[in-house]
Amino acid sequence: MSDLMKVSSNPHVRSKVTTSSIMLAVIVALLPAAGFGIYNFGVDALILIVVTVATTVFTEYAYEKLMGKKVTIGDYSAVVTGLLLALNLPSSAPWWIGVIGGMFAILAVKMLFGGLGQNFMNPALAARCFLLISFTSIMTNFECDTYTGATPLAALKSGESVDILNMVIGRTSGTIGETSMIAIVLGACFLVLLGVIDLRIPGSYIVSFVVFICLFGGHGVDTAFISAHLAGGGLMLGAFFMATDYVTRPITKAGQYVFGILLGILTGIFRIFGPSAEGVSYAIIIGNLLVPLIEKATLPKAFGTKGGKRA
Amino acid sequence: MSKNGKSGYTGGSSMERLYNGLVKENPTFVLMLGMCPTLAVTTSAMNGLGMGLTTMVVLALSNMIISLLRNIIPDKVRIPAFIVVIASFVTMVELLLEGFIPALYDALGLYIPLIVVNCIILGRAESYASKNPVIPSLFDGIGMGLGFSFALTCIGAVRELIGAGEIFGFRIMPEAYVPCAIFIMAPGAFFVLAALTAIQNKIRINGEKKGKDMSKIQSGCNEDCMNCGEEGCSHRFYGSSGKGNGKTGNAGGQAVKNADGKGRE
Repeated sequence: MSDLMKVSSNPHVRSKVTTSSIMLAVIVALLPAAGFGIYNFGVDALILIVVTVATTVFTEYAYEKLMGKKVTIGDYSAVVTGLLLALNLPSSAPWWIGVIGGMFAILAVKMLFGGLGQNFMNPALAARCFLLISFTSIMTNFECDTYTGATPLAALKSGESVDILNMVIGRTSGTIGETSMIAIVLGACFLVLLGVIDLRIPGSYIVSFVVFICLFGGHGVDTAFISAHLAGGGLMLGAFFMATDYVTRPITKAGQYVFGILLGILTGIFRIFGPSAEGVSYAIIIGNLLVPLIEKATLPKAFGTKGGKRA
Repeated sequence: MSKNGKSGYTGGSSMERLYNGLVKENPTFVLMLGMCPTLAVTTSAMNGLGMGLTTMVVLALSNMIISLLRNIIPDKVRIPAFIVVIASFVTMVELLLEGFIPALYDALGLYIPLIVVNCIILGRAESYASKNPVIPSLFDGIGMGLGFSFALTCIGAVRELIGAGEIFGFRIMPEAYVPCAIFIMAPGAFFVLAALTAIQNKIRINGEKKGKDMSKIQSGCNEDCMNCGEEGCSHRFYGSSGKGNGKTGNAGGQAVKNADGKGRE
């Protein structure tokens, strides 16, 4: 054997970045938000997170075993999906909401389309929207031991005043992971520093959303109103952790800006003109559906070709 | 075009037509025809059954009349002629439903007049009734209608069970069950149709593995004009637009050829 020359095809130089290392980074980055959610909402939130993550991982394992495929739970993508989904649930939701949502996310949205990398829509968000449509009263009931009453965004929509400092820290009602802007931005900074995500999508998303709010929000350039909209609801979680999902974002750079601006406008439309106070999850999954078109329209020019014509 | 080489098969046995429509060529799960009513009205088992049976009546009667008229209707205007026959029956059925079963009439609403454009009905008229004698055509219509009713009832039952915890209005699930409302909304129709079609495909594949004959009992033409090598087919949508010459049917056998030979110039 030692006499044989080993010839392999390229690539010969490999990066140490793997799917599992990226997913692990995302999990670590989500820990502040998850931790604050548990601190804020108590043991209910912890149970829901554990149940949801266990469901997504077990569903992926069971499906791949039953179908005789390679078991891919080692890449931690199912953990990320479960964690993101759990952070998008209200802490008052019963445990079986996490089970149904986790199974839907993995089975219907991810595995049936061919597993990681093939899903056309963010599994966690698709599952959240599935749950939101199916169990509207459970999914919009944000009452728990700590807080009663409406979420800051709902209060804002009905014209009440909100405490912005509490919203930034996260001491408000809402889904488990969305309340604390500080915890989310902390995690996002970690990802940006590691180079796992860049600011193209979150930046263009947030900027275009602010512009939209200024133009159509009915308050003009009102700092308090704008910061309440930025800190409230799932905008930060969505912009940094969901819209930047590698599988469902555009791969072209120009396309990522278009994607972010589209999300900003859609979120603004849903929040300002829609019947419900929140619109981030619908905006992102609609954006996901438009990704193939965006990529087609923003295809970069190949080096050496003239006038944008492809060879 | 699948020449399955069953010599002596007539394609016309009444029971075989029923079996074909109900199972082997089930219009919903195998042929994927008539998707609009399938997805739109199956919010409950009752609605699905009502829609299926209404369609079956129209399908059987229009197949019968079109089969009777197959030697009279000129080839070039056959589609308008079929539509006139179908639309007449739909109007009759609509008035009857409004008069005698107003609850079903209200539940199905716009989808009753839309039966006219249900592609199962036009498809059976075009591919079977216009080439075959009256009795097999009638049974073909009944078989296809039963298959359609069966499929719609199944979809409706699953959607009603998950989305409301009931089947045919009877409570099945325990009181603690929280209905998953998305299943009686539009997306639920797609989920259930896809799941049931997948189960049906699995059964067929398993059957083929065990060596059972799971091929369609053909009515002469499998409507797959894109992949059909037959020359001079009067029904070809693509390629040669040959005039009808009696060779339309090819896999189905004797009855088809006889009927067609008489029917077309």
